Amino acid sequence: MAKLTIPAEELLRSGHSACPGCGAALAMRYVLKALGPETIVTVPASCWTVIGTPYPTTALDVPMLDNPIEATGASVSGLRAALDALGQKGLTVVGFAGDGGTVDIGLQSLSGMLERGTDAIYVMYDNEAYMNTGIQRSGSTPSLAWTTTTPVGGASRGKLEPKKDIMAIVAAHHPVYAATGNIAFPEDLIKKVAKAKALSGPRFFHVLAPCPPGWRYDAERTIEVGRLATDTHLFPLYEVENDRYRITRRIERPKPVADYLRLQGRFDHLRVEEVASLQEAVEARYRRLLALESASA
Amino acid sequence: MAREVLSGDYAQSYAAKLARVDVVAAYPITPQTSIVEKLADLVVTGALRAQYIKVESEHSALQACVSASALGARAYTATSSQGLLLMHELLHWASGMRTPVVMGVANRAVAAPWSIDVDHADSMSQRDTGWIQFYAESNQEVLDTVLAAFRLSEDEAVRLPSMVAMDAFYLTHTVEPVDVPEQADVDRFLPPRSKVGTLDPHRPTRLGSFTSPEHYTEFRHAVASASKAAAQLAPTVEEEYARIVGRDLGGPLPRYLTDDADAILVTMGTATTTARSTVDALRAEGRKVGLAKLRRFRPFPSEEVRALGRTGARIGVLDRSFTYGAAGAAATEVMAALYAASPRPLVRSFVAGLGGRDITPALVRSLYRHLLEEEGPEVVWADLKVPPGEATAEALHG
Repeated sequence: MAKLTIPAEELLRSGHSACPGCGAALAMRYVLKALGPETIVTVPASCWTVIGTPYPTTALDVPMLDNPIEATGASVSGLRAALDALGQKGLTVVGFAGDGGTVDIGLQSLSGMLERGTDAIYVMYDNEAYMNTGIQRSGSTPSLAWTTTTPVGGASRGKLEPKKDIMAIVAAHHPVYAATGNIAFPEDLIKKVAKAKALSGPRFFHVLAPCPPGWRYDAERTIEVGRLATDTHLFPLYEVENDRYRITRRIERPKPVADYLRLQGRFDHLRVEEVASLQEAVEARYRRLLALESASA
Repeated sequence: MAREVLSGDYAQSYAAKLARVDVVAAYPITPQTSIVEKLADLVVTGALRAQYIKVESEHSALQACVSASALGARAYTATSSQGLLLMHELLHWASGMRTPVVMGVANRAVAAPWSIDVDHADSMSQRDTGWIQFYAESNQEVLDTVLAAFRLSEDEAVRLPSMVAMDAFYLTHTVEPVDVPEQADVDRFLPPRSKVGTLDPHRPTRLGSFTSPEHYTEFRHAVASASKAAAQLAPTVEEEYARIVGRDLGGPLPRYLTDDADAILVTMGTATTTARSTVDALRAEGRKVGLAKLRRFRPFPSEEVRALGRTGARIGVLDRSFTYGAAGAAATEVMAALYAASPRPLVRSFVAGLGGRDITPALVRSLYRHLLEEEGPEVVWADLKVPPGEATAEALHG
């Protein structure tokens, strides 16, 4: 029997206020399992502001600081500086932000944190829209997805623009470590976070966090949707360590992207040719990733 | 005590050093830049053992300070004008999180149009953010006030941030002799920060949090109470400073020749020096005029203003900023404080010195004349060049 490598200790308590099937809750749960209790988390306005449970309670067994939506990168720098100045050793500082709070309004402070070399981990949990405010499109929403600000109807086919490539943006800062993760592959994610914990300098995670109400699928299918994102090559699992790319889950025969799309109501309106265009885009992106991997080997 | 020749900017830097700040996070903006350059030097040479965070914006500067302060670090930043406006959101966070950050503000005009010169619109726009606000008249006062601000802000009953504002160029870039206190004296005056209200890195608590209508009001009221506590505690802090360092800070509204005055001008910052010399000149001519310096704008010294009102003098308030649709920002506060006074003195709002326009002795004389001889309108733009009604777009842009 295979040995389970997921730590048993829970630092996210039951009783949190996430929706059923929430990928963002799982992302926090696994990240904290990998990091352990000597961790401080700073969280911007996002679903996690609410998931963390309101005053005077907290869902986490580690300290949590709230910060405004665009300032997570600065908050981690401040926390790190304070710990260093006060001689507090052995603590990991984590910024835990949503996709809008990272790729849109928070991009500047993330860039600042990466550039100034803050010794901390930044986790972007990606549910691909402003979910906490009611499913508005973000720079991380994939093309053709329905959101409340990219409605489908008339000539509109959902979001026109492609998803912003945050990993490329982060990699351009040459951080010590950056990786993608997926809540449907907790062992891969936990292994990467544990690896990152042992490093120092700025470290970044792009974690796919499927969202039942926002992506319009039934709550019990979160893991299935998440697995398909990776097994179709749409959301490949890889890491970038000192500019070297390495795919951590290799799928020789990827499933068709249509399998992933058809589970989600946000893609219900897609025509055959639109599905085909997304399939092509996924394949092209994956080829570029393979090229990056072999070029940096 | 060593006497050194310092600019207002350097007075800020040396005060931060004497306060033994743990964390500095700052972004450059004219005319604040030499504060953070000097601090960078002090950190690099080892004269100040602090973490210096090179942030990518003022917004991030204050966020970094708030987060550092939340963990119990003593944090300092400095900014000016647009930078302070960009920080606005974080100003509310700092007071709401009860993080006693101290910030130097080089008071400078805000755009549009661009101006890099003195004006108080930047800090006056932050009136309602829960910050304690001081305005300095001299570089000596800058240094002393920064130290006193740390002590007041960090008091367990207060735990509110402070800004110490100084006029752009008149103070930031003008050097004058400043008595720099001994480190041992400052250490006695300003002990290390208490851990009360800070985030314990080993205890699972949440700071900031999310509230329902069940709790939000009480959080806001706690800030209001802390602000009141700051006003009550300030005299003790100043007495301690005088006892240990040997300089009297003068309270929130130091008065000059007001007891028998027929007209009193309330000033802030460097305009006070000009006004004081004008008071001397007018007194020599037999005019009974006086002066009150508004050193602390928040918490507002309403009691002290009411005491000023009891002199029976007419009161003019000179503002280097304007609250559109109303009057000068300090003037509206003075009027509000005096509303219940009986008899209620005549109060005039004088707006002058915007965007670096000189406040001259001749101008100050005209303000006293206005108070002594005229009823006049309630709000007077005292140094306006284009007569009212003729400020056409052509005149402004031509």
